[in-house]
Amino acid sequence: MGMSIVVFKIIYIAIIFGLSLFIAMYSTYAERKVAAFLQDRLGPNRAGPFGILQPLADGLKLFFKEEFIPAKSDKMLFLMGPGFFMITALMTSAVIPFGSEITLDGVSYSLQGTDLNVGLLYIFGVVSLGVYGILIGGWASNNKFSLLGAIRAASQNISYELAMGLSIIALVMMSSSLSLKSIVDQQAGWHWNVFYQPLGFIIFIICAFAETNRAPFDLPECETELVGGYHTEFSSMKLGFYLFAEYINMFISSAILATLYFGGYHFPWVSDMDSGWLKTLMEAVVLFGKIFFFIFLFMWIRWTLPRFRFDQLMNLGWKVLIPLAIVNILLTGLFILLK
Amino acid sequence: MSIIKLTDRIKVMERKPMTLMERLYFPAILKGMGITIRHFFTKKATIQYPEEKRPMSEVFRGLHVLKRDDHGAERCTACGLCALACPAEAITMTAAERNPEEKHLYREEKYAAVYEINMLRCIFCGLCEEACPKAAIFLQNDKMALASYDREDFIFGKDRLVEPFLNSKS
Ligand code: SF4
Ligand code: SF4
Repeated sequence: MGMSIVVFKIIYIAIIFGLSLFIAMYSTYAERKVAAFLQDRLGPNRAGPFGILQPLADGLKLFFKEEFIPAKSDKMLFLMGPGFFMITALMTSAVIPFGSEITLDGVSYSLQGTDLNVGLLYIFGVVSLGVYGILIGGWASNNKFSLLGAIRAASQNISYELAMGLSIIALVMMSSSLSLKSIVDQQAGWHWNVFYQPLGFIIFIICAFAETNRAPFDLPECETELVGGYHTEFSSMKLGFYLFAEYINMFISSAILATLYFGGYHFPWVSDMDSGWLKTLMEAVVLFGKIFFFIFLFMWIRWTLPRFRFDQLMNLGWKVLIPLAIVNILLTGLFILLK
Repeated sequence: MSIIKLTDRIKVMERKPMTLMERLYFPAILKGMGITIRHFFTKKATIQYPEEKRPMSEVFRGLHVLKRDDHGAERCTACGLCALACPAEAITMTAAERNPEEKHLYREEKYAAVYEINMLRCIFCGLCEEACPKAAIFLQNDKMALASYDREDFIFGKDRLVEPFLNSKS
């Protein structure tokens, strides 16, 4: 049995890997379409029917752009930055359960890269590593503006990571587990965490926006005050990696949001079905439905709200969200105590 | 100090501290999202340009045309009034006398052997059209002057101005 598990996991990981890339790729297209639709335009519609080949065209364009590396930069780190950002973005998907399990030849495999019993901590660990990609890139460019942009990104990410972690603590207190799988399974039926932890959810989603550097928190990139921010010196596909990794981040964030607060692959009628291929399929459909909703929400908000000023951003993070998260922990504790 | 009022439409700006509802931001954010999602479903204003063209205004003054009469003969008699009326001095012409055998080509005895408009000078004011006593020159409302990379290409001669034979009867 050991061997078949390995084979299954390798295939599974390859599928998830490809899927993340594919969804990120089409998120760039969706972003342009959503932006256009919200602004009474049509968006890309020339490349292929409805412009569905647009991501390929964009990618091709990035590949053919001039590759430029600043002369005084730290070449090694400069090349590592985007790759690092990309890797950390992709790594988080390992612990997300995309469905309960499937049975092949009488052996059942869980649809999760690995069921770490500290899955939540793993996600936080990897996500916080992601900021190194930005910092390394900004530092290695040997450009003041890039460095300032990178520092801004780092301070933003660290600030919001605190509030995010605190909001999660309340969740962990309720589910008394750090494994994503058991957190999901506790939410079967209508017991979605969002109903028990509305405040925590709001804090978490705000922090998720900040962590993925999306508007209204897209301060690491800043055409007006810091040229291009941390990726000023990056060109061609290196820039592409940075931008692309952000879309992967968005996909993963949506998956985590759906998993932690919206019942993951559970949906009342789906959970009641007899286990089998159909159930697994429906579970994946449900989860991806939720994920796509959140991706849309990300875009919807991006094209609705103007961005923050940096001091406002810091104020919100430190003076509002962190205290609120602590209050949320106290309330949850009280609730558990009284129950 | 008293405020001198020129109109009674002055709006005094209110600077009240924000209420709790406003400071929460969420109602405002949700309202904004409501507005944008409504636009998501509205009809789009886009015109798919090369396939779909927006009709120009009736009075749009575009590229000039030198008209022919009902029999296909050129109307212009090289009187030079258009050149005189032109504020940009964009029109130049050379007059010539018509040979008897060219009767079907030109309406009057005199015709423009060379008729050139310098589109770099022209301001599309339409005064040439108004000045013409023979109703020979018009500014079309459905054609733009074309773009080009060379200055020479902007001097439009008769070859590009005279309308092609369409319904010549002679
Ligand atoms: S449109 Fe005006 S500027 Fe142009 S040729 Fe006629 S009179 Fe001259
Ligand atoms: S176009 Fe009209 S105004 Fe100009 S020369 Fe010819 S007849 Fe005269």
